[in-house]
Amino acid sequence: MQRIINDPNLVVDEMVEGFVKNHSDLISKTGNPRVLKFINAPVKGKVGVVTGGGSGHKPAFIGYIGHNMVDAVAVGEIFSSPSAKAFLDAFREANSGNGVACLYGNYAGDNMNVKMAKRLAEAEGIKVMTVVANDDVPSAPITEREKRRGVAGEVLMWKIGGAMAATGAPLDEVVRVAQKAIDSTRSVGVGLTPCTIPAVGKPNFVIEPGKMEMGIGHHGEPGVAVTDLKPADQIADDMLGLILPDLPFSEDDEVVVLVSGLGATPVMELYIYFDHVFDQLNAKGITVYRSYVGNYFTSLEMMGVTLTIMKVDTELKKLVDMDSVSMGFTQFDWSK
Amino acid sequence: MPESFLNSRGKPIVLALVQAIQENTAYLSEVDGAIGDGDHGINMNKGFSRCEELIKDRDISLTDSLNILGTVLLDDIGGSMGPLYGSFFLDMAAVCHDKSEIDRYIFGEMLRAGLESIQGLGNAKLGDKTLLDTLIPAYNAYSASQLGRASFKVCLGDMVLAAEKGRESTRDMVAKVGRASRLGERSRGVLDAGAVSCFLILQAFANSIDTLIS
Repeated sequence: MQRIINDPNLVVDEMVEGFVKNHSDLISKTGNPRVLKFINAPVKGKVGVVTGGGSGHKPAFIGYIGHNMVDAVAVGEIFSSPSAKAFLDAFREANSGNGVACLYGNYAGDNMNVKMAKRLAEAEGIKVMTVVANDDVPSAPITEREKRRGVAGEVLMWKIGGAMAATGAPLDEVVRVAQKAIDSTRSVGVGLTPCTIPAVGKPNFVIEPGKMEMGIGHHGEPGVAVTDLKPADQIADDMLGLILPDLPFSEDDEVVVLVSGLGATPVMELYIYFDHVFDQLNAKGITVYRSYVGNYFTSLEMMGVTLTIMKVDTELKKLVDMDSVSMGFTQFDWSK
Repeated sequence: MPESFLNSRGKPIVLALVQAIQENTAYLSEVDGAIGDGDHGINMNKGFSRCEELIKDRDISLTDSLNILGTVLLDDIGGSMGPLYGSFFLDMAAVCHDKSEIDRYIFGEMLRAGLESIQGLGNAKLGDKTLLDTLIPAYNAYSASQLGRASFKVCLGDMVLAAEKGRESTRDMVAKVGRASRLGERSRGVLDAGAVSCFLILQAFANSIDTLIS
């Protein structure tokens, strides 16, 4: 294991310390070491936006705390849900009296801990509504969409939900639009190498050299096919082929595209990949309204890429256009 | 032989649970590694060892010890096992909090409350390759022996035998819930890590209660 760490059992604690020190203008600690918040949270008059999840996905989840984005985040162990207490404390930190939208991904542990935290929060008078991201197409058939995992589409859900909350909209509106964002979003990932949880010390799954696993999950959950490693353009074609028919996306649609590396793939290669995605979408008459390429939602040191496409209408375009500041997603319209 | 023990003298039971997890940390992670993240032992050990720190130097009852264990798992551990085992121990504690003596009937009620709390949290059923495949048959066996007026010791023995059988039954199952369910058929052939840790916990309960009533 070639890693820059100290005690493998303390990687999350030490990462949080470093993160807070580097982003002291944006992030502050809370009474719970496993909860970080936006420095201005709770923002008066605004619905609080909360997320949380296991660590090892940087910038997710704490990298999306910020202006017009997420107000507070519950931090879990590597690939393991935060505790119910951490979610509850995040709700408390984010709540300004207007309620909390908890926008998170569909995993058994997160579902359980959020459910418990929501019950505890409501007992103390904090209104909590949830949206569960399930954008990962290969993780279950469309007929069982409620079983699908949440992956990089969560970033767009936070962007849209965070922007709506920033307009001063009430809780049910924030939740409606976050749900609309995730319902309009489809993702797929491909892995080229496995990843290693530091405290475990060895990968818990295998991808042989020269192979790739299509449809792999963010924790190495098995995909739909293991094949020889293909050129970037063919990988892009395969991935478009999996997700375009699923929504479906069709001619004259406008979309936002998010391409994320899984941690160890050079960013340069993400652009090689995106070049073809963009051209193929254009060739099908689908307009790329905005696009984001980089490491947005990773899986430790896995090599690979995820492709996320969201169909947008006037409402979603307006929200995705809004300025935002966070470690993982900063956008500023300098032409205004 | 006495058929009950004092709640106030019950701390060794929780210390026995801690020891069972500590001694099997590597084994639990290894079992989990076959179809999961390989961190089950690490996370369980973290929670149980933190509980040990909090109770070892204090003179406290079984109820208080279980409450501390449950709270640590629930508040500090997270994942799936934090809330599941956390609620399990907290709900067991809720049954015995006003009981100064714990007999086979009260322990049966504690098991039932723990089982129901786990069933209320997740959607798993018998046969889904989870810790319930250990816990449900173990509770049923205990309960049947208890109704048949067997001694506390015999009830506990029957519980452990059924728990062991339940644990082994997960080997041939296909996971239906949790992260391993993504593997489908590939999850067959290995034990479920939660079923294994649940067996260890029930076995430690039985052995330590046995010592208290002997």
